[in-house]
Amino acid sequence: MEPGLRESFLYDRTIIAEIQRAAREGIYDIRGFGAKRRLPHFDDLLLLGASVSRYPLEGYREKCATDVVLGTRFARKPLELKIPITIAGMSFGALSAPAKEALGRAATELGTATTTGDGGMTEEERQSSKTLVYQLLPSRYGMNPNDLRRADAIEIVVGQGAKPGGGGMLLGHKISDRVAAMRDLPQGIDQRSASRHPDWTGPDDLEIKIMELREITDWEKPVFVKVGATRTYYDVQLAVKAGADAIVVDGMQGGTAATQDVFIEHAGIPTLAATRLAVDALQELDMHREVQLIVSGGIRTGADVAKALALGADAVSIGTGVVIAMGDNSPELDEAYRELGSAAGYYDDWHAGLDPAGISTQDDRLAARLDPAVAARRVANYLRVLTLEAQTLARACGKSHVHNLEPEDLVALTVEAAAMARVPLAGTDWIPGLRG
Amino acid sequence: MAVAATGVEVVDLASTPLRELNQRLHDVAGDDPAIRSWRVLNPNGMHAVACGIDAPVEVEIAGHVGYYCAGMNQRATVRVRGNAGTGVAENMMSGTVVVGGNASQAAGATGRGGMLVVHGDAAARCGISMKGVDVVVRGSIGHMSAFMAQRGCLVVCGDAGDALGDSIYEAHLYVRGAVAGLGADCVEKELRENHVAELTALLARAGFDDVDASEFRRYGSARELYNFKVDNAGAY
Repeated sequence: MEPGLRESFLYDRTIIAEIQRAAREGIYDIRGFGAKRRLPHFDDLLLLGASVSRYPLEGYREKCATDVVLGTRFARKPLELKIPITIAGMSFGALSAPAKEALGRAATELGTATTTGDGGMTEEERQSSKTLVYQLLPSRYGMNPNDLRRADAIEIVVGQGAKPGGGGMLLGHKISDRVAAMRDLPQGIDQRSASRHPDWTGPDDLEIKIMELREITDWEKPVFVKVGATRTYYDVQLAVKAGADAIVVDGMQGGTAATQDVFIEHAGIPTLAATRLAVDALQELDMHREVQLIVSGGIRTGADVAKALALGADAVSIGTGVVIAMGDNSPELDEAYRELGSAAGYYDDWHAGLDPAGISTQDDRLAARLDPAVAARRVANYLRVLTLEAQTLARACGKSHVHNLEPEDLVALTVEAAAMARVPLAGTDWIPGLRG
Repeated sequence: MAVAATGVEVVDLASTPLRELNQRLHDVAGDDPAIRSWRVLNPNGMHAVACGIDAPVEVEIAGHVGYYCAGMNQRATVRVRGNAGTGVAENMMSGTVVVGGNASQAAGATGRGGMLVVHGDAAARCGISMKGVDVVVRGSIGHMSAFMAQRGCLVVCGDAGDALGDSIYEAHLYVRGAVAGLGADCVEKELRENHVAELTALLARAGFDDVDASEFRRYGSARELYNFKVDNAGAY
């Protein structure tokens, strides 16, 4: 950069490029991944390890349990998971069949659950997943009672963090013959799913819908309700009122296979803020821990896991992280990404179906590049690391179970995070908005 | 509960919990069940009556039902001798569901097979996101019906409300009366011989033999919005 050249803060190179792109193409930018802007997040919190006032557990020796049971409120067969980290809903269609299989294998190896997506349940996914959560979405693509009965839990998707209030999207080059058949759609169309459920419109209807699903499945399956984080306090309370066994709150950092960039970056609230609001809502109803809270949207590390649990989540769910773990954005593929106009570390064209890693594609030739066994091993390793990291932090805080972490173990690095998470700014007893 | 002399299993919902009825219907196994005919008394607007059946049984419901009656039905024939609330036969896979009176919103929503027959009127969003079910309505239907309808046939002997077939895919729509308005990408199409034959067969299956198929008009997708082009943005 030449000295004297000054880039505008307001019109930086990214904005200038976007204006030029909009002028050239005349249509909004569609991409995958999640929000790329800086947002208040779990990085803005710190855990207070034990010292004189608190007593730590032996970090390498003493037990720190990680098990969690989801769906204890009404379901006859709640999910019993070994770790409080699940794999989030991602469709066959958005992801290749080998990728879905790999996620199922990894989840099974770690004793946790994986989740279907907007497109139905594939045989590979069911066979590879010991515990599979089956999503009921507005589109109802592939929805059928046989899959409901062979699922281990049902997740009613009201919204998603990347696009709260928006419907799914799968562009034509990913609508292969198999995807089209599963969704009862013509091959090659640009599928834009409905954003509203076709047969219910509000919380009173939702209560009846949940009751119907329970009746169809003989009250065996836990019923989750997933919401994109917006008016989280009220949404969580209404979902509890409607009879949910567990609630999934997906913050705005949550990933997507295809959504308008403007939607990803400008709708919803950060996961950090949503977690606190969801816990508040449950505590207000005296339902905290009775209705389990699963938090998703930008959970990347064991530190994120530990902090989400400390704020009151029962479990977390991961999408983007496991896609990366499978091999997405790998430096080994940098040349291939550059041929697509991107680069390793930047690739977000998950909607395009040209993924050189064979993950976000329906091209059989590309999908064949992903060995499900290898990808499963990577995901399992990643989930193990997250678990070990969360346990390490929990032990340091003196906890024999990761669920014993609590808000009192946290401080905030920024005023924003302190206000959102309602924990004190580090070195002070100040919680903005709570005590002056 | 009692098995009447006629061989019909009678379940009175005034004295039997809904859960028990549905569980017994779910426990019916195989292609040749011991009890084929069921009669349900006093539904009194109850929700989720006879949902999730997967057996070749006949269920007659003597009265009005609430939401999601016969939801996700497979193989059974369910007859409602009254009106049905929201989402009757939602996501049905096969079999037949017959509503003797009127049906509320979202009748036959997302259905993937079988046939839903409504002898009265059906309210808004009839056949919404239908995926292979055939819906035949003797009366009229409300607005936003066949929204994003993907496959199957919607037959309306009366009138259709506004925004019929908005964002429709490959479903076939037949309306005998007036259509208040068509939704995005839904257009009137020529009623050819093969369509008259299809319609005649549907009316016969529904038991409406007195209705002349040639009096209908056909509507379907213009397929202009299948691929998202900027030039179509104004259509939404």
